Amino acid sequence: MSTSQSNPIRDAIAEAIEEHRVILFMKGTPEAPACGFSARTVAALQALDTPFAAVDVLPDPRIRQELSAISNWPTVPQLFANGELIGGCDIVTEMYESGELAQALQ
Amino acid sequence: MPSPEDIKRRIEAAIPGAHAEVEDYTGGGDHFRATVTAAAFEGRSRVEQHRLVYEVFGAEIGGAIHALSLRTQTPVKIQSH
Repeated sequence: MSTSQSNPIRDAIAEAIEEHRVILFMKGTPEAPACGFSARTVAALQALDTPFAAVDVLPDPRIRQELSAISNWPTVPQLFANGELIGGCDIVTEMYESGELAQALQ
Repeated sequence: MPSPEDIKRRIEAAIPGAHAEVEDYTGGGDHFRATVTAAAFEGRSRVEQHRLVYEVFGAEIGGAIHALSLRTQTPVKIQSH
């Protein structure tokens, strides 16, 4: 695989992660999640009243491919805060329940 | 199609000293929930711990294994006073 070629999708994802303090890559939208894991992750963020950006990975399979290549994380949803991967649904849920999530999202 | 026992065996074979409990929570052979306890997780973030487990399955995650829900932990240390 060549890394020297320009990759607009990967660049756009990296930029979005950098530009938004809290950003969720998910299946569907916060209003209409298309998967139970995405729905649970959105619910945790909403319960904390955290403003977040959301990207639907479903319209183009390349979004998910490039996202996983950047994050080294195989599944969706993926939550990022301050440019760092916080985790997927399991980690977000665990951190919400323990109270750590609010702190991580500051 | 992998069985919960397959998933358990592979995790325990790949991560030294790991103990895994795996269930097929839909009964369909492609959605699994695993609790993995391993000393190898010590000093690693949750993200790194989950990555260690995901790496056991590579591209099967999202493929044959549609979902692998994880809870990772280090063995409980009991301190005497």
